[in-house]
Amino acid sequence: MRKLPGGVAAIGGGVWLTFSALAHGWNMPLGVTALSRDIHGLHMTIFWICVVIGVVVFGVMFYSLFRYRRSKGAQASLFHENTKVEVIWTTVPLLILIGMALPATATLKQMYDAKDADLDVMVTGQQWRWHYEYLGEDVAFTSNLATPRDQIDGAAAKGENYLLEVDEPLVLPVGRKVRFLLTSDDVVHSWWVPDLAVKQDAIPGFVNENWVRIETPGTYRGQCTELCGRNHGFMPVVVEAMEPDAFDSWLAERQQAAAREASGVDREWAMDELMSRGQQVYESICASCHQVDGSGNPPVFPALANNPALMAERDRHIATVINGVAGKPMPAFSSSLSPVEIAAVITYERNAWGNDTGDSVQPSEIQARLE
Amino acid sequence: MAPKLPPRLPPQHPLEQAGEAAGPAGHAEAGYHHGPKGLLRWLLTTNHKEIGTLYLIFSLSMFFIGGIFALVVRAELFQPGLQLVQPEFFNQMTTMHGLIMVFGAVMPGFVGLANWMIPLQIGAPDMALPRLNNFSFWLLPVAFTLLLSTLLMPGGGPNFGWTFYAPLSTTYSPPSTTFFILSLHMAGISSILGAINIIATILNLRAPGMRMMDMPLFVWTWLITAFLLIAVMPVLAGVITMMLLDINFGTSFFNAAGGGDPVMFQHIFWFFGHPEVYIMILPAFGIVSAIIPTFARKRLFGYASMVYATSSIAILSFLVWAHHMFAVGLPLVAELFFMYTTMLIAVPTGVKVFNWIATLFQGSISFETPMLFALAFVVLFSIGGFSGLMLAIAPADFQYHDTYFVVAHFHYVLVPGAVFAIMAAVYYWLPKWTGHYPNERLGRWHFWTSVVGVNLTFFPMHFSGLAGMPRRIPDYALQFADFNMASSIGALLFGTSQLLFVWMIIKCVRGGEKAPAKAWDGAEDLEWTVPSPAPLHTFETPPRFQHQEH
Repeated sequence: MRKLPGGVAAIGGGVWLTFSALAHGWNMPLGVTALSRDIHGLHMTIFWICVVIGVVVFGVMFYSLFRYRRSKGAQASLFHENTKVEVIWTTVPLLILIGMALPATATLKQMYDAKDADLDVMVTGQQWRWHYEYLGEDVAFTSNLATPRDQIDGAAAKGENYLLEVDEPLVLPVGRKVRFLLTSDDVVHSWWVPDLAVKQDAIPGFVNENWVRIETPGTYRGQCTELCGRNHGFMPVVVEAMEPDAFDSWLAERQQAAAREASGVDREWAMDELMSRGQQVYESICASCHQVDGSGNPPVFPALANNPALMAERDRHIATVINGVAGKPMPAFSSSLSPVEIAAVITYERNAWGNDTGDSVQPSEIQARLE
Repeated sequence: MAPKLPPRLPPQHPLEQAGEAAGPAGHAEAGYHHGPKGLLRWLLTTNHKEIGTLYLIFSLSMFFIGGIFALVVRAELFQPGLQLVQPEFFNQMTTMHGLIMVFGAVMPGFVGLANWMIPLQIGAPDMALPRLNNFSFWLLPVAFTLLLSTLLMPGGGPNFGWTFYAPLSTTYSPPSTTFFILSLHMAGISSILGAINIIATILNLRAPGMRMMDMPLFVWTWLITAFLLIAVMPVLAGVITMMLLDINFGTSFFNAAGGGDPVMFQHIFWFFGHPEVYIMILPAFGIVSAIIPTFARKRLFGYASMVYATSSIAILSFLVWAHHMFAVGLPLVAELFFMYTTMLIAVPTGVKVFNWIATLFQGSISFETPMLFALAFVVLFSIGGFSGLMLAIAPADFQYHDTYFVVAHFHYVLVPGAVFAIMAAVYYWLPKWTGHYPNERLGRWHFWTSVVGVNLTFFPMHFSGLAGMPRRIPDYALQFADFNMASSIGALLFGTSQLLFVWMIIKCVRGGEKAPAKAWDGAEDLEWTVPSPAPLHTFETPPRFQHQEH
């Protein structure tokens, strides 16, 4: 029989591949929280249970295939049905499962205990970026993919953290319990960082909870894991965990910056100031759908360049950015962008790519409309 | 089993049966056919064998189309970066691959086998509702032509995954989504009608003397599958109708801004979707339960426990749907409930695997191609079962969910699971269909290239998933490169090796070693009592079925 050694070799090869891959770090990460280690433990336990069952079951199977070959003159025996054996192979798996369910239940209970957090972070998924808001701290920002387009297209060498790098990482303190509140402005996203063992869907109209207490400072990378449209693969999550002191001074710095931003509402902005700020906001927020050159992606995402209808209606343009469009992919930006950013981006859109309306929109006007 | 049964008699002699089939009805020639010729014959046929053949050819064509889509995906993922396609088209390819394989290849494949074999296995002259049978088949080419045509429409075809989660598939979907809904409705009606037909056939047309617990397991598993289809295809119809209303008529079932509930979509979808995955595997259990005893020349170890295990799996399949949704933020008690019920499914599934192995034990085993595929099914489906058990552990599922680990899991149960079972069935029953044995040498080549290809494709996906690669992404971080390259090479090998399968079928239809009525010496069921190839009309007079003590 040539086939049989082939089968054995295949399974042997699979087993060898499994262990060498696991040994080389191709496994679930141990992570940097107590829960991530518990989850890793459950994963390895159930894995070994499967390996043992597999060795026994496939062992009997391959023994039978080898031992009872007709080519070696095996005669079939007539036995069938045996209540004792059947009871054993029903109850033993049941007992193993109960043994596995107990620790899994305990871990799950801990994962669901999000109360008494030291810090609340609102995580909002948007096509195709993450928006973070430190609740009660007046700090909020958007986190975009930082990998340049030419690396993706193969025009430049790919960097070490290709597709797993962002312009502004989520900064968190180690040792403190951080609660995440997750939601979405458009479609379902899912926020995942393997080292933190946190994966939670961000769903429009819902606020989900999860939490983490990071033990080790460092940079932890993950991705959106729920298909959310065209750039689903380009929506990384980066968490930078720092010592509590460093985190506190980082937070204070961001609060001052936010205060400066808020004070910008009251003054008159010059056109070129608005344009350069607007371009920055446009390219980080709007270009993923409407394209850098404003050509859009019809029929779903309308063009902004060569769109005389829109340019004729300054008011509708402002209302669309602030409130979004019901029943269409355009989200409301009133909460995720500041008045300065909204004013700047509308000014930019009305003057870039040959639109040249000459309109400028002042932050104070947006502020008034928001109120 | 009840001890009162009369002793088992050997099946009738083939010649006696053939004579009987031809005799009383007065059809002297075996291939007697009346009705239109040429294309119209196939369009209007009500014959279960011809419709079965149509289903199988359709399924094979869809298998290749869906396979080409998969190869586009794998070619793009061969190395990091975007080389061949843009993300918009990539998403259409993953979506269409899933839809075509699930609704176009695997389900019609099993229905084709059911059409051919259920009447032959229960001694019925045809399906109970032959015209309905014709209609349920011809809905499919229409439905899938429409579905494929969406790729050419403005905005492209479906790009939201085969699970089409709202609101990505409603508010944010391309305009062609309405056609996608229509095509899925047609495929669903086809499935429901096919299921009604199969149930009516099995319950009403069994040969005199054949009780439920005498039916071959392929018939049993299909009966249970048909009930699952009738239960859940209307649920699918409901959810896509709600999508249709959201997209075209301004309702807000799934639009949070209008007071709708995107999570409700997932509950409804998976209430259909989980039984659906068993719809794609239960008939495979039946096939393997026919082939293993044949080539082990030994009765199936536990017939009754196989029937009970299949039924338990079917009932449990309605109680586990939310294990696809562990990360959507279910309450703790729901997570625990769905974790426990999901783990429980391992018990009846284990019973099945143990039964097959106990059948092999002390048999007299030979390794013809159908047996090779059936044995590979047992091993590789079990590996898919193991990863399924791992996924059932809810805390760990938070790490596995929506990664390539899940992709590896469901491809192990669907490709070397369902697809290998269909191939095993084709090799097993080809002598009955064509009168010729399949070429054993080609079969072996096909088998070994498929086994190597399938494992090279899907085994590394376990590791890319564990290492953190999400599914449905067109480009990936550099640490996933090696295993993706291996997967892509495996996919190319598996895809091209299916050409051997087609070549084998063509050769077998055209000629080859002549097969007797009982083509495999260990085969027992009624289909082996009619001549090979099976004449167009069989069992016009019901055979006398003798109780077998299973």
